[in-house]
Amino acid sequence: MPKESRKGFSRRSFLQTTAAAVGATAVGGLMPASFAIGGSSKVRIGILLPYSGTYAMLGNSITDAFKLRVQMGDGTIAGREVEYIPIDSEMSVPKAPQNTKKLVDKEKVDFLVGPVHSGIAAVMAKLVGPREGPIMIVPNAGSNAVTGPLCADNIFRTSFSNWQPAFPGGKVMADDGHKTAITIAWKYAAGMQMMDAGKSAFEQNGGKVIKDIQVPFPNVEFQANLSEIAALKPDAVFAFFSGGGAVKFVKDYAAAGLKDKIPLYGPGFLTEGVSKAQGAAAEGIRTTLHYSGDLENSANQAFRRAYDKAYGKMPNVFSVQGYDAAALIINAMTQVGGDSGATGDLINAMSGAKFPDSPRGAWHMSAAHNPVQNIYLREVRGGKQKLLGIAAKDLEDPAKGCKMA
Amino acid sequence: MMTFFIQLLNSIQYGFLLFLVASGLTLVFGIMGIINLAHGAFFMFGAYLVYWLTGVVDNYFVGILLGLPIMLVMGYVIERLAIARLYQRDHLYQVLLTYGLILILNELQKILWGSDFYSVPVPAVLDGSIALTETQAYPVYRLFISVVCMLVAAGMYVVIARTRLGMIIRAGSVNREMVQSLGININRFYAIVFSAGAALAAFAGMIGAPVSSVYPGMGDQILIISFVVVVIGGIGSVKGAFVGAMIIGLADTFGKVLIPDFASMAVYATMALILMWRPQGLFGRA
Amino acid sequence: MNTRASRLIRYFLISNLLLLVAFPWVGEHFYVGLVMNMMIFGILAMSLDLLIGYTGLVSLGHAAYYGLAGYLLAIISPESEAVSIWLALPFCILGTALAALIIGWFSVRTSGIYFIMITLAFAQMLFYYFNENTDLGGSDGIFIFFKPSVTLGSITLLDLDNHIVFYYFILVCMLLVYFLLRMLLASPFGQVIQGIRANENRTRALGYPTFYYKLVSFVIAGSIGGLAGFLEGMHGGIVSPGHLGWHESGLILMIVILGGMGTLYGPIMGAFAMIFLQDWFQEITVHWMLLMGVFVIAVVLFLPRGIAGLIEDLAAKLDKSVTDSNRPATQKNGESGDG
Repeated sequence: MPKESRKGFSRRSFLQTTAAAVGATAVGGLMPASFAIGGSSKVRIGILLPYSGTYAMLGNSITDAFKLRVQMGDGTIAGREVEYIPIDSEMSVPKAPQNTKKLVDKEKVDFLVGPVHSGIAAVMAKLVGPREGPIMIVPNAGSNAVTGPLCADNIFRTSFSNWQPAFPGGKVMADDGHKTAITIAWKYAAGMQMMDAGKSAFEQNGGKVIKDIQVPFPNVEFQANLSEIAALKPDAVFAFFSGGGAVKFVKDYAAAGLKDKIPLYGPGFLTEGVSKAQGAAAEGIRTTLHYSGDLENSANQAFRRAYDKAYGKMPNVFSVQGYDAAALIINAMTQVGGDSGATGDLINAMSGAKFPDSPRGAWHMSAAHNPVQNIYLREVRGGKQKLLGIAAKDLEDPAKGCKMA
Repeated sequence: MMTFFIQLLNSIQYGFLLFLVASGLTLVFGIMGIINLAHGAFFMFGAYLVYWLTGVVDNYFVGILLGLPIMLVMGYVIERLAIARLYQRDHLYQVLLTYGLILILNELQKILWGSDFYSVPVPAVLDGSIALTETQAYPVYRLFISVVCMLVAAGMYVVIARTRLGMIIRAGSVNREMVQSLGININRFYAIVFSAGAALAAFAGMIGAPVSSVYPGMGDQILIISFVVVVIGGIGSVKGAFVGAMIIGLADTFGKVLIPDFASMAVYATMALILMWRPQGLFGRA
Repeated sequence: MNTRASRLIRYFLISNLLLLVAFPWVGEHFYVGLVMNMMIFGILAMSLDLLIGYTGLVSLGHAAYYGLAGYLLAIISPESEAVSIWLALPFCILGTALAALIIGWFSVRTSGIYFIMITLAFAQMLFYYFNENTDLGGSDGIFIFFKPSVTLGSITLLDLDNHIVFYYFILVCMLLVYFLLRMLLASPFGQVIQGIRANENRTRALGYPTFYYKLVSFVIAGSIGGLAGFLEGMHGGIVSPGHLGWHESGLILMIVILGGMGTLYGPIMGAFAMIFLQDWFQEITVHWMLLMGVFVIAVVLFLPRGIAGLIEDLAAKLDKSVTDSNRPATQKNGESGDG
């Protein structure tokens, strides 16, 4: 049974193998002696991201940008051909153990990239973390736990912790002179962690949260909650939704006439990648995030041009996270001379990794393996993110519960 | 007091939307005895079609008019090719066949429109709002939805209770063989009913699109709640679907406000309670 | 079916079983794990088959018991050490049995579409309960850090952390469930529930309180579903609301139909085939859902009696052409893999 299962790949993988063999021969003289330990001639990248369902956009953005980063180099990782082994996570926790084991045990990937869902992240971390497994790069899932209690020396994150984009948001809201606020988010890990962070910053700076509204995940019928907000009349509302829920919430909020009376704040996911769909309803919403499309550094400009050329659309924060996941791997692999078997050296290289020219600006890896990065304040103007400034410079996640930090 | 009134309004409004989705389901469910799990996928297709067509012709209403025939044809073809072979079989097979349809339609959506999130702008004529309190306004478009839903409800009532087509359909749901022996080709009517059901689901997706957003997997969310509505009301009863939709609208809205920790369960608990009291639903035939 | 044909089927099943016994010694590590999944789903599918294929109750909420048992295991397992299986197993099974008793009490009064829907409603209630219960991990789910220990006094009887030991543990569970259900179905109780499936009114007229028979059948099915959930909790190490969702219930239903309802061995084969196909389709195309959808529809339209039906037809045909009866049987063997 297992033997036939890759039949569909045979021709392509034959071509790839041939190409790789030729390549390997060509550069053979340059390879370090330890190369043989590193396994096959191709670097195997296992990817576990959603490619179907509501969050498929995130999975596609991350994967596209990852591949683009590799192409923007010389198409290889430290001189070695790259083989991608993607699996559709379906955002399904029940399938997560099996999918992870498939990439680790059967495909024997060198690097494991994923996921989006924090429950799946926990499963992967648990399976990969404690043993001599592949190095895991988290290109999205923001669960504080991944670089908190679950942190491990072979788990790195190139995205954010839920605390990071939310905490400065609460301060911005207080700095804008608001005294009372309501928080509203889906009742699941990301929503609650972000609301906790935003709320604590807001209250540390003199504000008062008068109500926490938790909407059942992934319910998108917000009318009842909007009426509650209208009745309580806070100075501001701090919200986290993403994807289709973000589009609907922002539109409903505007349609209920609340937008001009009670300003909306939140972590940047509220308007990221969806502000076109939100249209005029998103105008003026201030959010905080570790990326803004109009950042003027040359890396961002080059990345946006290349992304547009390759995929016919503009990248979003998820793409940047995928881009940096590839950058992290390429950077470390180059330092160890392409030997993917040198796990210890790779981990050292990644732990000390500094990225002065990421599209999101400069960032480096924290002791807990989470990015230390700028959080930008953005406002939607004319359907686009407008950078207002830096809300928090070189913000590091507190990494509560991580033994390494 | 004002807040209570507004929440009541929200309940009714949500109830109307639910009715619109559930009406097609109850039609197919009751009249043909088909459990159509793909109803949510049709809903999603409607939303994507109106997004796409509105972009092409730059008019929301024309978009709906162009989209509905597509869904009618799609429903008709699916009925003829697949559903028609299952009338003699257990419900079980219908559940599975339409489960397979969900997978196919979800994948087709991905191939046709990709995985991005879209939205449909509210048409300019209906883009306004009425102030309810000093902070909250009520969008005109939501009132428009309510009116459309009432028209659909009335239209369905007239067709089923007053026309010859409705008479045949009702007779066929009671005794299929008898109707056939009277020389009426019931199969063709079933095809019509199924494609009408598909179009109704899509219509709900189209009407809802401007206040919602258009995204992959949106059908799955609406599907189960529509089933709840239909079952509470009694399978096949349009009146029941209407009452059921209102009950669920109330349970959901007030559940969120009064017992936020158990809001989602409120809906299903309501359903379980009603079914314990009346196992065949409020207006269902025993 | 005559005895010769059923003997052929028995040989076929036994040879498959031998393959299963041998598999951990020859299969890749990953596929041994996958087969464990298949066997767990086999147990789950058999329990649903008792309801659908033998009692005539189509449940679209069967994943509720599967997931609930996982949650019960997570609740009773301490974070830093293993719980004793002598405590955990009865706790999980009795807990799911109790849930099935309560849900069944309300559900088995209804029938047909209403039964489908009310079982779905109860499963959704549980889904949302766990989805919103942040103490139990909310939508992310909750870990089961250690597999329960199987000890007697201070002696470790079985080391379930050993891949191969755990494999045989699941296999034995699956066989036990199979023979238990076979015995049950052959008993007077089994005759009555099959009578209910054939004609409930007549069974009632014969003086049997059909409500209680159906309820007992529902509780047994739920408990066995709980056993499957218990095993999956140990195998996957996590339980999440996704385990009780309607997609999972739909998958189990599909497995029973694909395998052939009312045969017990069919659903096991269905589980093997379905999980293998999911794995395989994913490998050949990104549009694997399209393939799966087409496959599901094809099974419904062209293979209503499922894999078991296919095997029975084949056995009957073989029986007619008495000569050379072994060759095609082995051919079929290869087709269903290690099922």
